[in-house]
Amino acid sequence: MRDVAVVGFAQRQMLEFDGSPTCVELLVPLFRECYEQTGWTRRDIGFWCSGSSDYLAGRSFSFVQAVDAIGVIPPVNESHVEMDLAWAMYEAWLKIQTGEVDTALVYAFGKSSAGVLRRTLALQLEPYTMTPLWPDTVSLAGLQARVGIDAGLWDERAMAEVANRSLTDAEKNEYAVRKGGSSVEDLLARPMYADPLRKHDCAPVTDGAAAIVLAADDRARDVRERPAWISGIAHYVDPMGMGTRDLTRAPSAQRAAAALDLAGTEVAELHAPFSHQELILRRELGLADDVTVNPSGGALTGNPMFSGGGIRIGEAARRIWSGDATKVLGHATSGPALQQNLVCTMEGR
Amino acid sequence: MSRTLQAPVTVAFDYTRSTGPVVGRFLSGLRDGQVIGGRTSSGEVVVPPLEFDPVTHEPTTEFVEVSPVGTVTSWTWVPEPVQGQPFDRPFAFALVTLDGADRPLLHALDVASPEDVRTGMRVRIRWAAERTGSITDIECFEPVDELDEVEVVAGGPGRARPRLRDEAATEQSRPGEVSGAATTDPVTGITVPVSLDYDYAASPEESTFYRGLNEGRIIGQRCPSCGKVYVPPRSACPSDGTPTEEEVELSQTGTVTTFCVVNVPFLGQKITPPYVSAYVLLDGADIAFLHLILGVPAEEVRMGMRVKAVWKPREEWTFSLENIHHFEPTGEPDADFDTYKHHL
Repeated sequence: MRDVAVVGFAQRQMLEFDGSPTCVELLVPLFRECYEQTGWTRRDIGFWCSGSSDYLAGRSFSFVQAVDAIGVIPPVNESHVEMDLAWAMYEAWLKIQTGEVDTALVYAFGKSSAGVLRRTLALQLEPYTMTPLWPDTVSLAGLQARVGIDAGLWDERAMAEVANRSLTDAEKNEYAVRKGGSSVEDLLARPMYADPLRKHDCAPVTDGAAAIVLAADDRARDVRERPAWISGIAHYVDPMGMGTRDLTRAPSAQRAAAALDLAGTEVAELHAPFSHQELILRRELGLADDVTVNPSGGALTGNPMFSGGGIRIGEAARRIWSGDATKVLGHATSGPALQQNLVCTMEGR
Repeated sequence: MSRTLQAPVTVAFDYTRSTGPVVGRFLSGLRDGQVIGGRTSSGEVVVPPLEFDPVTHEPTTEFVEVSPVGTVTSWTWVPEPVQGQPFDRPFAFALVTLDGADRPLLHALDVASPEDVRTGMRVRIRWAAERTGSITDIECFEPVDELDEVEVVAGGPGRARPRLRDEAATEQSRPGEVSGAATTDPVTGITVPVSLDYDYAASPEESTFYRGLNEGRIIGQRCPSCGKVYVPPRSACPSDGTPTEEEVELSQTGTVTTFCVVNVPFLGQKITPPYVSAYVLLDGADIAFLHLILGVPAEEVRMGMRVKAVWKPREEWTFSLENIHHFEPTGEPDADFDTYKHHL
């Protein structure tokens, strides 16, 4: 296996992007930041891969328009996934492993506010017996939260503790769209929204984009003194139906963790768009109590569709670059109620 | 003036889906007022039935009718229903394990407030008035009045199943093994309409373009790196990724770089074939755009033909390229091939 590291990361998050859902306008300055971080030009990028969805944009082939932000003369080596940035990064990591390229820039974008996000996401469900009911994302998460509460695995207080810690940490994150911790008592005093969820238990609808730069071996060492070397990356998928799996579990997350060496992890950025999902993930990944979880504030304080997972990897990598940590992990989820999970471990050497 | 132009857009499509034998069996059952589950290799009864066994991966072939009555195993309140959900007023989504089944079914539960739901409560299916073979043949679940549960009879294998008074009277639905095929006219396909509403925003550059059209002008933008002029303007030069900034008002005349004669009728066609769609390279632009060529017989249109924009009457102008009704010949001599050979 080739040594591949995360050497660049840029992001934008906002409640409502007043611009085209093709998001070229957001991507151009992100790419510029990546060039500044690496000292490269676009011609140094061996492979490009993007993550986005036409269902979010409300137009066909929106990812093709986004390629304008790259500039394609001479032609570029480019691909696309209708998945989160983290999976675009997985494809780029594989591409580098093949030896065909040494560097990659992966990016993702989404204007969630163009439609009704929690409704649009019903299109990722089983189309015969689920989509016709339009089960929205918040409702599916609520069903999952209730199962755990009824089973005594967590309670509203534990969920509020996750939210309060996240909102407090987000005060230090200039990109977070929701921030400002108070107290668990204060959060519990707020009204129920989608019982058993309060609004602070649910990630805010967020527009945005993000980009990650990967480089192999000496290309990575040339860019940074302390690249975030990817020591492992794994992803798995659970069944789609809400009735056929134990909703208090995320076996695919557990399996991804089992495929990696998580011992000694200091910082974990977990993609948990609902507060109880962080509790599930901590358990499935077997994280020790002394692991710092979501110092960025996590998805509860900003969750742009298609980049919210990759941002977790970028945030974790930054802790390696800065020397604050030696071993970190970034996690991304997709699908209803933690159906798909990707875990990426990174180390400073 | 807002930074960008925005307009509502609805994207809709009716997905037609073949059901296959397992989902078809389930939906045929719903149409006939029965709930059909599938038995897995581990002996569990799953509703809706799984097409393939989660352990052996063999197709599901054993079907079991279960009760229309069951128990809530989880629920969530839906305070602000979205379009297409079973109710347009607040309701609950619930996971309900029907008597005779081992795994829950997701559907709506019709109650007035979250105070009226609890895990463990007994509910039953309320059937839709007209059933076609769809998950929406179940209108929703509704609470069972505990006094209605008068009698407990043997249900599925090894389990007790409460029975409803009215159900006992009608004998409408009996639990137990059923044949793989629905009795008559099995459901083989369904139509799932999907419709999504967007508030669609143009980019700032596109907004400038459409605002210009509303004033009878054609506005492009020049790339500061390579000098190329794009119309419509784009957020970045597709050649080199540089944001374009300098606005350029373009000529209303141009050259046909390539064209096709439309002979095929299609739904929504506004002009009777044959007619010509052409790429028109406006004088001063580096990229051609697609428009109609009228005012000349189709067979006379040619590469290099000089054309000019013909606008609709001013009172019909809006933020649209359709303000230009079509292009027509100027009567000038044809442009030299060399003047447009790099724009093909």
